[in-house]
Amino acid sequence: MGISLTRAAQWTMVSSSTAKLASTPMNESLLKEILHFVEHFSSQHPQEAEHVFEEPLQWSTTLVPSDFKTDYDISDSDVQSHERDSEGHPLLQLSPPTVYVRSFSQLSKLLHLADDKKLAEVRACLEGKFESNLHPKQSNHQHSSITHRLNLFQDMDKQILDKLLKDISEQVRLNPKAVKNEVEILQMFCGGGDKGLLKSLRYTSDFQFSNGYRAPLWRQVQGDICYLVIEPCDTETLYITCSTAGSFLNGVRLENGYERTSDAYEDLVTLLKSRSPHFADKINQTYRVLIVCLIKKAEVALVYFRKTSAGALPGELFSESSTESEEEEEQPYRHPETNTDLPSEYWQIQKLVKYLKDGDQIVTVDTLCAMMDFNLMQESCQMAIQDTGGLKVLLNLLDTDEHKCKIGSLKILRTISHNSQIRRVIVDMKGVQSIVKILDSPVKELKALAAETIANVAKFRRARRNVRLYGGINKLVKLLDCLPNFASLTPSQEEDIEVACCGALALWSCSRSTKNKKAIRKAGGIPLLGRLLKSPLQKMLIPVVGTLQECASEESYRNDIQTLGMIKDLVRNLSSDNDELQMHCASAIFKCAEDKQTRDLVRKYKGLQPLVSLLHKADNKQLLAAATGAIWKCSISQENVTKFQEYKALEILVNLLTDQPEEVLVNVVGALGEFAQIPANKAAIREFGGIKPLVKLLTSPNQALLVNVTKAVGACATNKDNMVIIDQLDGIRLVWSLLKTPSADVQSSAAWALCACIENAEDAGETARSLIGGFQLIVKLLSSTNNEVLASICAAICKIAKDEENLAILTDFGVVPSLAKLTNTTHDRLRHHLADAIAQCCMWGSNRASFGEAGAVAPLVRNLKSKEGSVQRSTAMALYQLSRNPNNCITMHEKEVVQPLIHMMGSDDEELQEAAAGCVRSIRLLYMANRNAELFTFRN
Amino acid sequence: MSKISAVNKRATQTLAENISKQVEHFSKKEVECLIREFNVLVAEQNNSGRAVHGLDRGKFISTLHSIFGLTDDRMTGRVFRTFDKDNDSVVSMKEWIEGLSVFLRGTLDEKIKYCFTVYDLNGDNAISREEMLHMLKGRLIRQPNEEDPDEGIKDLVEIILKKMDYDHDGKLSFEDFEKTVKDENLLLEAFGTCLPDFRRIEMFERHVFQEQFEQ
Repeated sequence: MGISLTRAAQWTMVSSSTAKLASTPMNESLLKEILHFVEHFSSQHPQEAEHVFEEPLQWSTTLVPSDFKTDYDISDSDVQSHERDSEGHPLLQLSPPTVYVRSFSQLSKLLHLADDKKLAEVRACLEGKFESNLHPKQSNHQHSSITHRLNLFQDMDKQILDKLLKDISEQVRLNPKAVKNEVEILQMFCGGGDKGLLKSLRYTSDFQFSNGYRAPLWRQVQGDICYLVIEPCDTETLYITCSTAGSFLNGVRLENGYERTSDAYEDLVTLLKSRSPHFADKINQTYRVLIVCLIKKAEVALVYFRKTSAGALPGELFSESSTESEEEEEQPYRHPETNTDLPSEYWQIQKLVKYLKDGDQIVTVDTLCAMMDFNLMQESCQMAIQDTGGLKVLLNLLDTDEHKCKIGSLKILRTISHNSQIRRVIVDMKGVQSIVKILDSPVKELKALAAETIANVAKFRRARRNVRLYGGINKLVKLLDCLPNFASLTPSQEEDIEVACCGALALWSCSRSTKNKKAIRKAGGIPLLGRLLKSPLQKMLIPVVGTLQECASEESYRNDIQTLGMIKDLVRNLSSDNDELQMHCASAIFKCAEDKQTRDLVRKYKGLQPLVSLLHKADNKQLLAAATGAIWKCSISQENVTKFQEYKALEILVNLLTDQPEEVLVNVVGALGEFAQIPANKAAIREFGGIKPLVKLLTSPNQALLVNVTKAVGACATNKDNMVIIDQLDGIRLVWSLLKTPSADVQSSAAWALCACIENAEDAGETARSLIGGFQLIVKLLSSTNNEVLASICAAICKIAKDEENLAILTDFGVVPSLAKLTNTTHDRLRHHLADAIAQCCMWGSNRASFGEAGAVAPLVRNLKSKEGSVQRSTAMALYQLSRNPNNCITMHEKEVVQPLIHMMGSDDEELQEAAAGCVRSIRLLYMANRNAELFTFRN
Repeated sequence: MSKISAVNKRATQTLAENISKQVEHFSKKEVECLIREFNVLVAEQNNSGRAVHGLDRGKFISTLHSIFGLTDDRMTGRVFRTFDKDNDSVVSMKEWIEGLSVFLRGTLDEKIKYCFTVYDLNGDNAISREEMLHMLKGRLIRQPNEEDPDEGIKDLVEIILKKMDYDHDGKLSFEDFEKTVKDENLLLEAFGTCLPDFRRIEMFERHVFQEQFEQ
């Protein structure tokens, strides 16, 4: 009851020291509950009711002695009960106006006597010294009953609060402060995986008006306070509107905007309980979240207490609050400017909006045309249309039957939708549905305008999803159906082409979402795009190629682009005179040329030369990035590299190694890495002065670039002359230090480069030793979880360990057990390099024995059965090295190594033959020695 | 009876041939159909008592209403005046076909001319403020707090005038109107609907040309 009283009851602080219970409906209800509890206590729990308080309850009563009847000793000024405690004090004593009560049974009797004044009595009692009854006189009673009674009190406490809560919820009309408090408290319980109540909870808008509301002004009128996006742990994301009438799910997810789609609940907790079983479970099981509202301000405070003592404290949950980061594009709503310094256009637009609302079709069209005369690209005009409610009217016009109004409205919408905030409001107002519907119109102008508007609106994810959900993708794909390359066209066919252009523009915007890419494909968009690709019109080609290159991130598209013969058209348009078109074509080839056949097709259609000539347009960085990307991927085929050399691509690429943005550098270096696979080119790169800038790029922070740079440096390092320069520039140290980057791709790529460097550098062993901490780093990376990293590091160890001194150091750092641990892998590339490394490491001290002790032998025998030739060979050599230790031979023999080895002795590979034979020989020698020893012992 | 209809038919064909030479956009066959439709309408009109050689104002307007969906009285009266080129209060067969040529298949230039004529109420080759006001009146819901019922319309007329009056003479000349409409086609019917909706056109053509061809 302490909680009820301290949290819920509203005390007035009067100047005197005594606290008074404020006379509020809430307190009235509280008092009634307590009264009810006390009155029935003695009948429900007779035993507990007899317990005597440590200190009597004491208050000024309105009762007089004449009110008391039997069971009491009544004198004229005094009343005492017959019942007394162990020390002889009466359990009830009245010496007007003060009354002392020492047990619940007496209290309830007294209240019974007080009759209609009992509420006043309870109030007086509470104002007196109620708290003391929470401390029963322990000495007199058994412990168990005390506990029982405490539980009763707590139950009572809870019942009262529950009741209050109900009362409160009935009368509450939510206000911003209450919502804010509740949100804040719930946010404290967000995150923390399954332990939390919710995954995340956030406002849709960070902006808060001075009145505490977050909803746009025009929604505030409807009573909306704010909008929330809540991710429960177990169900889909909930979009919630908090309004003065309560909280409810809104239609954002179903694209019904602000429509209410569920019952309204008094508070979020109840709403969430109804939606998320996890939430309901958690909140019931672990926390009791009580919302205590002070009536006047309806201030919400949540008090939770834990029922269970085990488990984490809720405090731990607070620390890990996580909020999913929303798309960057979605900026908070800008609020309407205050009326002071608005430009004159604002008032003019406001007037026009009024005419739009009030006019008939003719006036509407006239007004729309007048509106078009404003500079609608200017933000002040865009905002004026939104702030004066014009956007809503424009969208409503789209649902009318008047196509002239629709045309006028769309002409404005397509322009103002360049503004990101307008785009969002259009989506919020369900505008996408209306626009998508227009795509079916028989009026071509309307279709084109609608598609163009979609092209602008679909710049962010939610809008793109909306287009898809309302069937927009299918409709847009249908718009593409026209005859793009007829020599003479009728006006109607020309209109079709215009429509198709707009359709392609819209699809281009939409194609930025993966699901839309799939939807376009499913709707049969690819062949149509392929047909339009033959168009001679640039305004058609740009969106078409734009869409294709956007979609080429999907493998299915890449296949279709190749099989439907689009590469030819893409190559043709590389020679267009439009930079943007060239860029998209190059970019599409960039993405598609991962595939060998595509690379060959590019060469076949003579696309390599135009790609090289694009490198001269060094001012257009986007174009340059696309072109270098295409060259990079195309140069994966050696035939293409040969072609590129004819066009002197290498020299140009080397010159692009300096002063270029990263997206260009990544591709240039990638291409150089491929070019350098041909030995002649390694020298050429050096001659063109490419080594120095390459080594310099090893200090870049860009991961993608580093992967390519290390690859290129590694490829160049296999040329001795190159290696000299790399060494001079301290390249080995730079590559080595890249092993420290957290990216696994960079780590493995650097380790491969390191192999090449160490193999080809003069006195590489000494250089390696000079790198402080380098060996530890290498050994530490053997605990990586990435197989590619492990394989590359094993390869590097194999090279480093060729230097005996280095091997000794590596051994000191524990390379043997680290390698042994990896022997259980099933990854063939790793098995191959691991076996090499083990073979190499056997060359030092007692490492052979150590490998045996670390259990490396048996798994290696198993690896011998790999189908991969390189694995067999390396493993056989490692086993040969290990077999020089007798114990290892025994293990090998036990694991039945001889048979596969004998099989391998019959191989064509001489090294493998030799290794297998050597290993078998060791085993045989040991056997012989053993037998001789036995015979010797036997003889003696 | 068949002889008479055969004679009629031949007469119609000759007439159609003559007219189709003078009127754009229609083939001879189509003119024939339009003549037949005209005769049907005239017959309907004459059945109800009057006997005139063409469509009188009442029948013409009700035709506009029922077939072409033009319901604005201010406009239909003007459309009648525009069709009735010789001002004899009757739309003759030739006027009917000439009018429909613009109505159904007119080029933008022809339509601009036609609309301008419709909107130039007093025929002075200019659309004045007063004419605009007359045509736009009542098209805006009156707000209760406005004293002058036409306050909004007057303001709108000023906005339109400002937009369209290129030569700044306070009224719209044909050139003003033409330039504006070429710039923004939506303003072709800026002062009232006087052309049929494309759906009505389709319906009419289907009814008159296709169904009659089939007969």
